[in-house]
Amino acid sequence: MTQFTYQLVEDTAKELYIRALKILPPDVREALKKALDRETNPTGKEILKTILRNVEVADQQNVLICQDTGLPIYMVKIGSKFSVDGARVAAALKEGAKRATWEYPFRGSSTHPVTRVNPQTSVGEGLPIIYWDFVPENDFLEILMIPKGSGSENVSAMKMFIPADGVAVIKKFVVDTVLQSGSNPCPPGVIGVGIGGTADLVSKLAKEAIARPVGSHNHDPFFAQMEDELYEAINSLGFGPMGLGGSVSTLAVHIEWAHTHITQNPVAVNTQCWPARRARAKIYPDGKVEYGF
Amino acid sequence: MATYTLTTPLTEEVVRKLHVRDSVILNGTIFGIRDLTQIRIFDHKMDPPVSLQGAVCLHTAPSLKKKGDRWEKVCVGTTTSGRMDRFTPGLMEKYGVRAIIGKGGQYQASLEAMKKFGGCYLAIVGGAAAVETNQIVEVEKVYWEDIHPEALYQFKVKDFGPLIVAMDSHGNHLYFEVKAQAEKKLPEIYKRLGISP
Repeated sequence: MTQFTYQLVEDTAKELYIRALKILPPDVREALKKALDRETNPTGKEILKTILRNVEVADQQNVLICQDTGLPIYMVKIGSKFSVDGARVAAALKEGAKRATWEYPFRGSSTHPVTRVNPQTSVGEGLPIIYWDFVPENDFLEILMIPKGSGSENVSAMKMFIPADGVAVIKKFVVDTVLQSGSNPCPPGVIGVGIGGTADLVSKLAKEAIARPVGSHNHDPFFAQMEDELYEAINSLGFGPMGLGGSVSTLAVHIEWAHTHITQNPVAVNTQCWPARRARAKIYPDGKVEYGF
Repeated sequence: MATYTLTTPLTEEVVRKLHVRDSVILNGTIFGIRDLTQIRIFDHKMDPPVSLQGAVCLHTAPSLKKKGDRWEKVCVGTTTSGRMDRFTPGLMEKYGVRAIIGKGGQYQASLEAMKKFGGCYLAIVGGAAAVETNQIVEVEKVYWEDIHPEALYQFKVKDFGPLIVAMDSHGNHLYFEVKAQAEKKLPEIYKRLGISP
């Protein structure tokens, strides 16, 4: 009988990075197929066909979907019935991401922010990005891995609004941000919106929003309705696949929110490209690992 | 909307036939370039070690493996062109480059250069690196290996595409057109969302 080890976390972190780069989640595939059905622009249709062919080729040949292997982000949930040393988990995630880069091997996309020296590891100072969360009752360690590419991350935006600005301004900010980002984030992808919290929390919320299964709704009916409204609005911009014109500009708009200070209202937009890549694993105390999305 | 299958190097005559929304499939040799390659050419004033006359340049930073003297492809995909806008007029005027392949498009100065010298911008499907890598038959040569993955790459390609003409030599810019149309719709979209303009 095997059991949980930190080596197992490292191996899983490596495997998750590679799986995320190669295997597109089923909900994303489904959304892309539906997109092809409803796209009316011939150029947009041709692009979506190439996108679907690319997914097929990646499956059949077991290769990377996109060359931008991104910055590694791990979202970790520790179950209250699972005892673990968080520092050792963090070290294992870092080592796992590094090994994925060297052993696959694929391009290391991380670099020093000033000297631009690339350590060729995909990690470095402050990387991988790790978010921690704790879940009552669960008896496993859950790791969600998102490789975040730069074309889509470069169009991120965050703004601090004030209470007097009201709700319409939030919607305007989202639509205007998408309009500005145009073709650069490889549309049609997922638009993640964070509302509330603080400057840092709202950016994290937007990131959590892009990691949700495509087309899922916020549990709060008010925000679920706002998701639908923004989805309609963004698609009617007519950007289409790769921003070259068409009826499908986004696969989904997801909102995550938190309470905020009485004097402020932060909003963040984080865009995900059409390969809305993610991979998930649950590690149990007996060493069993379940992979999913 | 026409479909063309072209072989590189491209002549001015061929490029002048292309119009936005046309679809292009390429055969022959294309060159992979990126930020640092062009910074070296234009800011450090080092001429490219190979002729780019009639060339098609792809904005890429590929994953390649070196085995002995040979470079093998791992994953070749396309990056955002906006960052490299200031180099395109020089590539066309000084070195005779005829086409840029990228995603996201370029701006006014590049469009002017395309008009003047007979060039075009071919949009590839971003993120579709698995298909793109398959269409590269081999990595023929890597110049300036010291700056890999931002070196100058020579790829032999077969049925490379589909590429969509997004900027042509007649002054048409498909990305600008799509954005202008979106901006026209904006007041109506704002109204539906309850936003006062």
